[in-house]
Amino acid sequence: MTEPVPMGPQIASVEPSLQSAPSAPPGLTDTTVEAGLEFKVRSQWDYARRRFFRHRLAMAGLIGLIILFGAGIFANYIAPYSYSEIDLNNILAPPSLHHLFGTDEIGRDYLSRVIYGIRTSEEVGVFVAVLSTFIGLVLGAIAGFYGGWIDNLLMRFTDLVLTLPFLAILLTAAALLGQGNQWRVSFILAVLFWTGTARVVRGIFLSLREKEYVEAAKAAGAGDLRIMFRHILPNTLGPIVVSGTLAVATAILIEAALAFLGFGIRPPTPSLGVLIQGGQTNPQQWWLTIFPGITIVLIVLCVNFVGDGLRDALDPTQRRVRA
Amino acid sequence: MPDPVLSIKNLAVEFKTDDGIVHAVDDITYDVLPGETLGIVGESGSGKSVSTMSILGLIPIPPGRIASGEALFKGVDLLKLGKKELQKFRGDEVAMVFQDPMTSLNPVLTVGFQLDEAIKTHYPKEPDKKVKERTIELLGLVGVPNAAARYDQYPHEFSGGMRQRAMIAMSIANSPSLLIADEPTTALDVTIQAQVLEVMKTVQEATHAATILITHDLGIVAELCDRVLVMYGGRIVEEGDVHTIFAKPRHPYTIGLMDSLPKLTEDEEWLRPIPGQPPSLINRPSGCAFHPRCFLSQGRARCREEIPSLEQMETEGHQAACHFDGELVGYKSKFSKPVAAGGGS
Amino acid sequence: MLTYSARRLLYSIPVLVLSTFLSFVFVSYAGNPLGALRSNPRFSQNTILLLTKQDHLNDPVVVRYWYWIQNVVTHKLGTSLLTQQPIWPDITRTMGHTAQVIIISEVLALILGVAVGIFSAIRQYSFFDYTFTTVSFLGFAMPTFWLALLLQILFVDIYLKWNVRIFYTAGLNNPGYGTWSVDRLQHIALPVATLCIISFALYSRYMRASMLDVINTDYVRTARAKGMSEWHVIMRHVFRNALIPIVTIAALNFGALLGGAIVTETVFTLDGIGYYFVQSLQTSDYYAVMAYLVITAVAIIVFNLIADILYGYLDPRIRYD
Repeated sequence: MTEPVPMGPQIASVEPSLQSAPSAPPGLTDTTVEAGLEFKVRSQWDYARRRFFRHRLAMAGLIGLIILFGAGIFANYIAPYSYSEIDLNNILAPPSLHHLFGTDEIGRDYLSRVIYGIRTSEEVGVFVAVLSTFIGLVLGAIAGFYGGWIDNLLMRFTDLVLTLPFLAILLTAAALLGQGNQWRVSFILAVLFWTGTARVVRGIFLSLREKEYVEAAKAAGAGDLRIMFRHILPNTLGPIVVSGTLAVATAILIEAALAFLGFGIRPPTPSLGVLIQGGQTNPQQWWLTIFPGITIVLIVLCVNFVGDGLRDALDPTQRRVRA
Repeated sequence: MPDPVLSIKNLAVEFKTDDGIVHAVDDITYDVLPGETLGIVGESGSGKSVSTMSILGLIPIPPGRIASGEALFKGVDLLKLGKKELQKFRGDEVAMVFQDPMTSLNPVLTVGFQLDEAIKTHYPKEPDKKVKERTIELLGLVGVPNAAARYDQYPHEFSGGMRQRAMIAMSIANSPSLLIADEPTTALDVTIQAQVLEVMKTVQEATHAATILITHDLGIVAELCDRVLVMYGGRIVEEGDVHTIFAKPRHPYTIGLMDSLPKLTEDEEWLRPIPGQPPSLINRPSGCAFHPRCFLSQGRARCREEIPSLEQMETEGHQAACHFDGELVGYKSKFSKPVAAGGGS
Repeated sequence: MLTYSARRLLYSIPVLVLSTFLSFVFVSYAGNPLGALRSNPRFSQNTILLLTKQDHLNDPVVVRYWYWIQNVVTHKLGTSLLTQQPIWPDITRTMGHTAQVIIISEVLALILGVAVGIFSAIRQYSFFDYTFTTVSFLGFAMPTFWLALLLQILFVDIYLKWNVRIFYTAGLNNPGYGTWSVDRLQHIALPVATLCIISFALYSRYMRASMLDVINTDYVRTARAKGMSEWHVIMRHVFRNALIPIVTIAALNFGALLGGAIVTETVFTLDGIGYYFVQSLQTSDYYAVMAYLVITAVAIIVFNLIADILYGYLDPRIRYD
């Protein structure tokens, strides 16, 4: 190679498609890919999905949830006995081949009751999570986007809600307003649950509404609703999914506590909390307490694992260093 | 030629990640002479920070690993030292200034306390009063106004530029023989950058410490450095004294870097960035890491197949790693007219 | 520091007023204070009219609230609808008992939680870390009442089998024993253990996370670069900074603890304010319910105030808010 090769400046004048300058002459294999220059274009969701599936605990939780929730949904087909089939010859029997979880004080098969209880917990958990997330999203969006006195009002209100023990408020509400009925209780829970989501959403809206792309959209004539929906809302989906998932767990726990204390769902609607209550009066029949309790623990654990996995997957600032 | 203060030989540092092994630093060798200022230039991800942090053992070792090499500081291989012995060097003989002054100071402790700490860690027997005096003196040296009052203030009461000055003061507290400054002005406003650079010059004159200045800004290199190392893809691609490098660069990457700088004194229509992206350090291009973006390579097989090694150029001390550097002979950069002298004169 | 504390204090007062007002409104509207009495044939019309007048039940809510506040300020908190006895003595007595259980639980949980959190962070991914991470996860997933019940059943079974009382499973103490007697401690051991385990899970988890956050900060790197030994780095730079968020968590947890107290006191039949509350709800004793809500709100607000001030002391950046 003796002839002087054109230098950088000359090639630059071929501009603006500078990219074409250093790439391989036709006929040679595409060196750019081998050169590691081309990054596989992955969308954000791809990354999120990959990270989620790599998270072993989350996967375990997901499988667990599928099994448990599946059992609840298909309770009618899975439960060996009817929920209220009484067998007075067989009361308080310990676990056996016929009755895998034993029987209760009036001979009902405990396994079936637990399975139906799972279903109720599912329904309550999902309902509360969805409704409270929705309420929190709307209120948080409005507060965060418009700021000012609306925001102040909302924040003071959520602060106030925090000044009383959650259980106390719920107990009072349940006692006064709606006992026994599963949906009433769920509704009350949802109406008091939204504060967490609202705060998170508000925070995101508050920080994002100052961003340049929002200003640009406004300058281009976009209305408020459009800005909120197209530009800011998608950024909240990650945190919302996470907080919604964790809300399911909290809702299930609190519903069980309410039922146990006698203020929540009442028989005949099956509830794991009610079942455990039965265990208190029969301390020697350990299965009455253990099985529903373990079921709750398992459900909540699985939900928490999945929630953790989602949080890891959707939060790009994760600093996890795995050796 | 005096013995080098720091002598790095064949240093290689890797990181294990979920996606593969990152070769952050790949077989680099260089010396730092006493009193000189060595600039290390490169893009983000070129390995310039990692190479110096690994000397002080500041790389987290589970994902990181020193694959090979030595780092001889006054004859002692820092890489082979145990934790306790290495701690004796850190902050005393070898000091470091980091990039982001906003996060580099503990927000719940006063600035004075943290500077005192730098001194007391190595000289625990010194009386508190003396240490405080020294701290205030150092703050004054770096140009923090009203140093005595500032001593009791918290970092959030300092501006960004002042914080960086405090960091610099902290690093020279024990008169180190080697000062490593990792992009000290990158996180600052341009006008503040100028001030901090002045401070660094002052500090150099006062302490005569050898300095490694890591930056991606050629302007800073021109202001402060005696010699320059250019790094790319974890390797050194060019090395030499600052005048030579600026006047007669002999690596396409260095040329690309200089070309991409807008020049105030000429009329240019287009900016000329280096096309493409910095290489992935997990899947580095085969052969010369720069070849996919190189205007000189033009797809020639040798660039793809063979890693170029550093070869001596005409000027003493000037080396470049390019197979075809011969074709760059006679190239004059736009800085070939003498610009600012390097290293404090 | 002083102005900051004063500001937090002043801010608490309207919060307190609003909080109690909201509770009052809610309870008043949702419940019918004299409903139970009305349907009871033993109370004549006249008596009901008298009570209505006395308790201003026909006046607008705000007025009623005002009268009620006056009652509170003069330490009366009204009289129980059920027993027609003043509520205040009941409240003070039960509050004292609950306080004993809660304070012991909280202190234990904090000390253990912080210690375990620190070790877990320093020895990340070790056996110790994994074990306690599992414990924490279980602690989060366990319903408080279930844990209480399990402990109760365990010790009841032990008693039934071997006739040995290690810990009591019901009640506060056997007659004749004082507040700090061994007998009392035996009685409250299980409720304390329950609350402690649940809180411990929270504190250890958050402390660990906080430690890890701090360990990876730039200023810790600076400290290392200064040549400080790892021990000093942790003690002086990491520990204090990592503790700061725990203050907030502990403050938030206080409300949850009071809620947990409701449950444990019910399970173990302790004469505490939580149990009192549940009973009042069951008997529709609305003034007692209100009293509980107010006292709890006061306790939480005071606790939050202390936590805020402590936070301001630990983190100088907050003081200028």
